[in-house]
Amino acid sequence: MSLIQIRDLTRHYVMGSETIHALRGVSLDIGKGEYIAIMGPSGSGKSTLMNLLGCLDTPNSGSYELNGTNVAEMDDNALAEVRNREIGFVFQSFNLLARSDALHNVELPLIYAGVPLADRRDQARQALANVGLADRMHHRPNELSGGQRQRVAVARALVNNPSIVLADEPTGNLDSRTGEEILSLFEQLSRRGNTIIVVTHEEDVAQHARRIIRIRDGLIAADEVNPHPRATRLAEAASLP
Amino acid sequence: MNLPNEFKEAVFIAWAALRANKLRSALTTLGIVIGIVTVTLMGTAITGLNSAFKKSIAGIGADVLYIQRFGWFMGEQEWRASRNRRELTLQNVREIERLSEFAQAVSVESNGRGTVEFERRKAKGVWVAGNNEQSLEVRGLTLTAGRWLSPADVQSGRPVCVIGSYLAERFFPYGGAIGSKIKVNDSPYEVIGVLDKQGSFLDGSNLDNQCVIPITRFNDDFSRWPDLTIAVKVHDPAQMEDAKEELTGIMRKLRRVPPDKADDFAINQQDALVSFFNRVGGTIALVGLFITSLSLFVGGIGIMNIMFVSVAERTKEIGIRKAIGAKRRTILVQFLVEAATITFLAGLVGLLIAWPLTLVIDRFLAASMPWWLVAVALFVSIMTGVISGFIPAWRAARLDPVEALRAE
Repeated sequence: MSLIQIRDLTRHYVMGSETIHALRGVSLDIGKGEYIAIMGPSGSGKSTLMNLLGCLDTPNSGSYELNGTNVAEMDDNALAEVRNREIGFVFQSFNLLARSDALHNVELPLIYAGVPLADRRDQARQALANVGLADRMHHRPNELSGGQRQRVAVARALVNNPSIVLADEPTGNLDSRTGEEILSLFEQLSRRGNTIIVVTHEEDVAQHARRIIRIRDGLIAADEVNPHPRATRLAEAASLP
Repeated sequence: MNLPNEFKEAVFIAWAALRANKLRSALTTLGIVIGIVTVTLMGTAITGLNSAFKKSIAGIGADVLYIQRFGWFMGEQEWRASRNRRELTLQNVREIERLSEFAQAVSVESNGRGTVEFERRKAKGVWVAGNNEQSLEVRGLTLTAGRWLSPADVQSGRPVCVIGSYLAERFFPYGGAIGSKIKVNDSPYEVIGVLDKQGSFLDGSNLDNQCVIPITRFNDDFSRWPDLTIAVKVHDPAQMEDAKEELTGIMRKLRRVPPDKADDFAINQQDALVSFFNRVGGTIALVGLFITSLSLFVGGIGIMNIMFVSVAERTKEIGIRKAIGAKRRTILVQFLVEAATITFLAGLVGLLIAWPLTLVIDRFLAASMPWWLVAVALFVSIMTGVISGFIPAWRAARLDPVEALRAE
């Protein structure tokens, strides 16, 4: 059974007198443990698809089953719970809370999940250690480099053991070397069984995935297996504990 | 439910937000501080006035009926209609003593101002009271030294007097008051007793600056036709109404009021004063609290305004929190707690300012700040935050996560 099962998903926006059809009927199956890149030029509808996959938005029609539950018709609060439990976000601009240190940022999903203080401290520390930031726990985002910030974001995305890690242009704000670092992190996560979906418009980034889905004008234009996923140089050297 | 966790997180965020915008928080807080200070001061003045009144009214006695020519609270018309009423007489006093079954003691009271002298010392404006032998009991007075007027003193109008503690201290700082000769309005009197200290009445007049002489002497030395008050102490306070009825009957008979005419005298009691005070005091309190709470209201608008700004500034943060799993309720609680934290701190500061002010006011006018008032003030300040923060918080809670994440 697939982890994600999407059927005929549509989403349109009304802007003044115009209706913009961002998605015109997308069907998709994603299995557990896959490493997928969603590609497309701006305006293709890939951001809309990501918002729907991430349960930040609901479709106008179609069905979306995540882990066996239909999330297409859930209300705001139920979606918030699904996001909290099932999805870990990694954003282009990191989206960390500026006033909180790394530890508290990583703790946040656990706070909303209702995990007791002692447990969530342990889990958050472990998650930060897993991305190699054990010595940066009490630094605020503005005291960290871009790569470190994104690693905090990855730790935050993983701390709740979500079904999917959803990354939106995760290397967009990073130089190529640090970008490689993050991609190697994803490779290791993937190797350990995490499901990863990366939304990007960079061919280089997409080539790391094992399956590439191309979106154009609100429809899936291509959905193919990447026969030779590119390995990062760092992937072999750095290893997760 | 995950409220305790979310609440703790909300307090943490509120504290961080306050510290990040120190000047702005301080300015916003100022409005609430002023509001809390004015409302609290109004509260202290009201409670102070109330307790001062209760203390003063105790001297009037809850179990005493005052038979007088006029009622205590008369309108102008009533006043005009009743100003030709005949005076009460000492004869009436004796008749009431004889006829009333409810009366435990019957006192006669007549008051004036006079000058009291001892050797070269002189006190003007002393409250001179004409009493009888039963007045001590009815007025609830106690003696420090000597004795009260005896029946014989009253009967024969002996030139003897009982003085208040203030006069005693002024004239006889080293004691020896009993037996001394003083002059009251130029007539010689012998001091036979000294009263215990009583303090001051509601209007600030000194109850210890008094001199009691037999009513019969009072008539001779002060006025031929003094305005008498007959004060009747009733055995059982539960029977005040029956006693009042009985005394009305006796007085009508004594004054020969025809059955078809209304009473040409009045029977007053403490109740009337209390209910009058409660009515007037209640109105003053309501109006005062309303006016002062306007400043709190203005402060509340300031909070609402700043919370709107805060929500607008932190749209992105709200988006992040929602993406990570914050529900509407979580965001709502977060901003409500932030608003309530601001107003709670403002309430604390307001109380810290109001407290010494209360002590200062208390030197001129009765004022006090009991614990319940502190609790009420803090509760009101928190509620101000919750109420004025609600609309901004609600707006934040309903933000669309996709839109909010797009904000910069």
